[in-house]
Formats: sequence, C-alpha cells, structure tokens
Amino acid sequence: MTERKVVIPGEAIVTGEDYLPGKGTEKRGNEIVATMFGLAEEINKLVKVIPLSGGYEPRRGNVIIGRVEMLTHNGWVMDFGNAENAFLSLMEVPRFVDKGALDEVMDIGDMVVVKIYSIKGRSIDVTIKERGLGKIEEGIIFKINPNKVPRVIGKEGSMIKIIKDETGCNITVGQNGFIWIKGDKIENELLAKKAIIFIVEKSFIEGLTEEVEKFFKGEKK
Amino acid sequence: MTEFKRPDGRKEDELREMKAKVGIIPNADGSAMYQSGNTIAIAAVYGPKKMHPQHKQDPKRGVLRCTYNMNSFSVSERIRPGPSRRSTEISKIIEWSLEPVLDLDRFPNTVIDVHINIIQADAGTRCAGINAASMALAHAGIPMRDLILSIAAGKLDKTIVIDVNKAEEDFKEGEGSTDIPISMTSSGEITHLQLDGKINSKQLKKAIEMARKSSKEIYEVQKKALKESVNLE
Amino acid sequence: MKNINTTPDVTIKKINEYLKINKRFDGRKTDEFRDLIIEKDVSNKAEGSVRVKLGKTEVIVGIKADVAEPYPDSPDKGNLMVTAELLPLSSSRFELGPPKFDTIELGRIIDRGIRESGVIDFKKLVIKEGEKVWAIFIDIYSINDDGNLLDAAGIGALVALKLAKLPKYNEKEEKVLHDQHDKEIPLTDVNPIPITIHKIGNKLIVDPVKEEEDASETRLTIGISDGIISSMQKGNIFPLKDEEIFEAIDIADKTWKELFKKIEKFLKSK
Repeated sequence: MTERKVVIPGEAIVTGEDYLPGKGTEKRGNEIVATMFGLAEEINKLVKVIPLSGGYEPRRGNVIIGRVEMLTHNGWVMDFGNAENAFLSLMEVPRFVDKGALDEVMDIGDMVVVKIYSIKGRSIDVTIKERGLGKIEEGIIFKINPNKVPRVIGKEGSMIKIIKDETGCNITVGQNGFIWIKGDKIENELLAKKAIIFIVEKSFIEGLTEEVEKFFKGEKK
Repeated sequence: MTEFKRPDGRKEDELREMKAKVGIIPNADGSAMYQSGNTIAIAAVYGPKKMHPQHKQDPKRGVLRCTYNMNSFSVSERIRPGPSRRSTEISKIIEWSLEPVLDLDRFPNTVIDVHINIIQADAGTRCAGINAASMALAHAGIPMRDLILSIAAGKLDKTIVIDVNKAEEDFKEGEGSTDIPISMTSSGEITHLQLDGKINSKQLKKAIEMARKSSKEIYEVQKKALKESVNLE
Repeated sequence: MKNINTTPDVTIKKINEYLKINKRFDGRKTDEFRDLIIEKDVSNKAEGSVRVKLGKTEVIVGIKADVAEPYPDSPDKGNLMVTAELLPLSSSRFELGPPKFDTIELGRIIDRGIRESGVIDFKKLVIKEGEKVWAIFIDIYSINDDGNLLDAAGIGALVALKLAKLPKYNEKEEKVLHDQHDKEIPLTDVNPIPITIHKIGNKLIVDPVKEEEDASETRLTIGISDGIISSMQKGNIFPLKDEEIFEAIDIADKTWKELFKKIEKFLKSK
C-alpha cells in the first residue's frame, strides 16, 4: 500500500502474511481488515486506521479543557465531554486552598485547562500545577471534533503557530477538542476562530499549511 | 404459469433507485441519509456519551439505543407525532440488527444514541432506517467489524421479489403479499429477520438468497457514500 | 440545564463584549439574518412540504389535510393544528420523551402567528357548515439546531402553506383521496413571519446562533406581515423597556421585508 486511503468497516486494507494489524484494524485470515471508518495507513508493514471522527481517548500527559461539575471535600469533579469524569485534587493546585472555600478557587460551571497525570481504569486525575493550566477567566471557548486536533496543532505545533502569529492571540487547544482563544482585540479572536474552523473543514486536503496561509492573505485584504 | 409482473415494472431481483449521503446533520457525531425509491430515512448518532439516568449504565459495555420515528407527513394519512407501539418495536428491532457488528465493550457506562427519522415512506422504512444508521455509526467513528445492509424481500402471490414498495405491500391477488425485512452483514450473517404473511421453507430460502444478493448492491451504495464524505483534495 | 455542551460563561461574557461594539459572535451585523435556503417537496406524501435552512439550522415543515368536524365554537370555519417536534436527532440538547416546554411553545407560537394573521381563509375550508370542514395540520421537525429554530419554522410554515394543495374529497363516499390533489389552500394576502428579537446586554439582535441564544437575556417574537403585527410573545425572565419593544418592532418590520423578498423570489422560481 503506497497511499493513504479511506476505508470503511469490514473492508480489507491489505493482503499478505507479513502485515501487522494496528489500531482500528484486525487480522482476518491473511487480510488486514478495517474495524473503523477512517484513513488507512501502512508504515513498515504496520497497518492502522486513523479515525476521521469519534470520541476523545484520554491519555496521560494530555492537556484538556473541562467544566467543573461538582465540588467534593477535597477537590473538583470535571466533565470534559466523555463518559468518565476527571478529578482535580486540591493538592494539585499550585497554591494553598482553604478546604471550606473550594468554590472561591473554582466553582460549578467554570472552564479549566488541566493536564492528565494519571489514568487508572476509569479514574482520571488531572493537575493545574504547570504553566498555562488553570481556570479560564477570559476569552472564547468552542468545541471542534477531537480527531481534528492534530491538524489544528500541525507538525510540531507549526499550524497553531501560524494562527498565533497571524492573530496575536493566545490559543490553547485541548486534546478533547475544546479550544480557548484569548486576544487583545475582538477582531483577532474572531479571525483565529475562523481560521481554526477553516482547518477543521479542510482538514484532509494536501498542502493545508499553504491553504491556511492563503486564508490569512484573503482575510487581510 | 404466467409470468408475474411487478406494478412498477421492476425485475424480481431489481432494487429501487438508491441514494445515500453521509454527514447531513452537523450537530451529530455521525449522520446519513438513505433513499430507496420514494422511501427516505435519515439517521443521526450521538455518542458514546454519559448514560443518564445512571441506573441504566452498564459497567461492562456501552448501550446502543435506537429510536425510529416517522414524520407525521411521511405517509398518506397523517400519523400522530410521537412514539407508538409500532415505533417502539421497530426501534428495538433496529438495535438488535445493528449491535452485532459494534464493539461496545470499549465504552462501559456510556450510551450511543441512534435517532432515525422517516421523511417519506413508500414501504421498507425500517430497512432504509437501518441502512442510514449503519452509515451514521461508521461516520461517527464507532468501532465496527462490518456494515449492516438491510432490504425487504417479499412474496407477491407465489413470486419472490426484492425491495417491496407500498403498492406491492398492499398486493391482494392470489396468496397476497408477504413482507420479509432482512438485515445482514456484508459477509452475509443475518442480524434481523421479520416476516408477515404466508411462506414455505423453500420460498423463504429463496427470499434470503435474493436478499443476500441485493445486499451487495446496498453495500456498494453505503461504501460510496462513506468514501465520498471525505474530501482528500 | 447547563452542562459541557452549553456555552461557557466566559464565551457569553465575550459575546456581550463584542456586541458593545456591534459585533456578532460569527461576524454578522446585529440585524443581519443568516443565508436563507428553502427547498420544496421534502415529502411527496405531504400536501406541501419544505426544508428551511438558516446557516446550519435546518427544519422541515409539512402540511397534511383531512376532513373533520368543525369545532363547536366555529361551525363555519376549517380547523388548524400546528405541532412541533424538536427531535433528539437534531441536537444533543434535545432529549427523548414527552414534549418539553420549548417544543410546545414553538408549536403554539407558530400556530398563533398563522391563525391570528388570517393568512388561511378558514371560511373557505368549510365543506358542509357545522358538519364537515378541512382540517389543516402543520407539522414541524427540527433537523439541525444551531439557533433560531422558531423563525426557520415560521418561514417554513408560510411557504409550505403557499405550496400545498388540498387532496380531492369524494363527498358521496366521504373519502379523502390523499393521492390526488387539486386546489390550493385558500389563503389571503397577508404573509405572517415570526421574527424573534433577542436582547443581549443592551443590544437587540436577530437570528441568533446557538451561543447567542445561550447568551440571550430576553426574547420577543413578533408575528408580522407588512407592518401589521398579529402575534407576540416575550420569553424569558428579564424585562424589556417600551423603547426596546418598539425598536424590536422596527427591526422585525425591516427583517420581514428582506425575508419576504427572498420568499417571493423562491416562490417565483419554483
């Protein structure tokens, strides 16, 4: 297999004993079959399907944006759009927190940038003890499909850097698809949002970087 | 024996014209439209998401929840909006037909909602709904080992036909009309079978064989719609 | 209920800030509608049906007609029934189960807009006074909700009424022949469209997207036809000042002219 191609569930991607089934595939006889709709790719005989849609799969080290759903005696329960919740312990806040006044730090409905530091079964623990993490005080938050996040970020952050440079906004892309934009001018925030939606809609075209550069040139006319 | 003529002139094994489109409902995680002749179904998938109420959660696997709903103006005589006994039964039948190909073990405590809406009905609405749902589930990125293909076979008097329309469903001559909606995987495993009418085992065998043959055409339609929903240019 | 799928408070705060300098969340002007797309004949089983899209918002509206007894208090008039279904298919916010308040209210506002404006000539729907009249059913289904389902539904209801044809009625056999249509539904020359004005901060806007609906403090739906108002509904808890109400009416009047031009263009092109 040379090129990436769109495959559907049940479709044989490659035939041959020397291929290995990766994510989104399984071996049936001597075929590697897709078990998910997406883009099939083969690298060094390992075949996998990159999903085009679908939910977010939490991973240790991911930065995500969640919403405070509940306060407990020792922390905050957060919804980040999945079936399971995330837990932020007051020990994971980089300052002293009065146990009787958790709501003064973060209350129900607050949106928070957090980092996953532990996943044990269905229990996901998050922290805000790093730069760039914490409660969102200002800006706009919107959601894109979590599968499009890698395209918005780009190779080694190249795509998001273009948007940041062009708009002068601070942008945090949560791996769960929630995006936070904060700029000093409303026009710039709107432009950054528009650019991200542009990328999401064009996410699988070749030469996306050039297209985004063209987008900004067009917008500045 | 005189040769049987179908009211719309189709051959016995001829499907109505099919159309399909994937990605028709922006809010949904996956969505699709499937049309067979004058029957039009749309489906939207939301999930996997938290199951509410909590007592309905299954800690071992995700729950598939289908709802089949006919628009009041999808049929000649207006039907009252909202669920009925018929739609409740069909919803469950659709769950049973789709679930065998889904890998729900990966989503404990969640629910995957599949909402099906019939816009225009000319028989075969549950089959159209299942075809739309199959594409919508794939589109939503749900792990699936295969697609599900659904078709109503039928027996009109003594003749086995495929993709029965409303005029044929109402066929009264001879032995009348027997309706046999069948759903199957692309490898031919049957996940849904219903029958209303009169038939013998030999005739049923033929109906299933014909449905299996037709399912190949439906497979191509679903496949094309899914592939066309991704723009790689 | 607020949850992760509803617009976060910071975004709502921002929507308010944008509006202070007359900027919308999606770059529109305060009184600017999204592109209106109308398609006809969504279902060939309906007496008339349309699909209406406003941006990503989509509804379908279908008309059915049947012969029924008139209501005892109006023996010389046809019947009208408007029902809406906000389908869970169209948004993660809509739940399964019996109709919620929003669904019921939407149906009722559309009903009153049609009924009170007099667009349907109900007297001409009588087959035999006191015994047999045409009953018109307008059914609304949401397909994708990105705000302002109500105005989209109202546009759909008006256009569907204009396109619909009554089925033939065999008086002898007392049978409605649903597969044969002849005459149009008797309509007058009014063209009611519900236009909903939302108040966010101290600004009034039309045709909100979902985030703007979440930010809306109060709304006023004005059923209007060429400057004549025939139905109104103020929704939500925040009060409105007199001058805001009249500003809203001016906006609705201007918006009606724009929308009706588009509807006329569509009807001519069919």
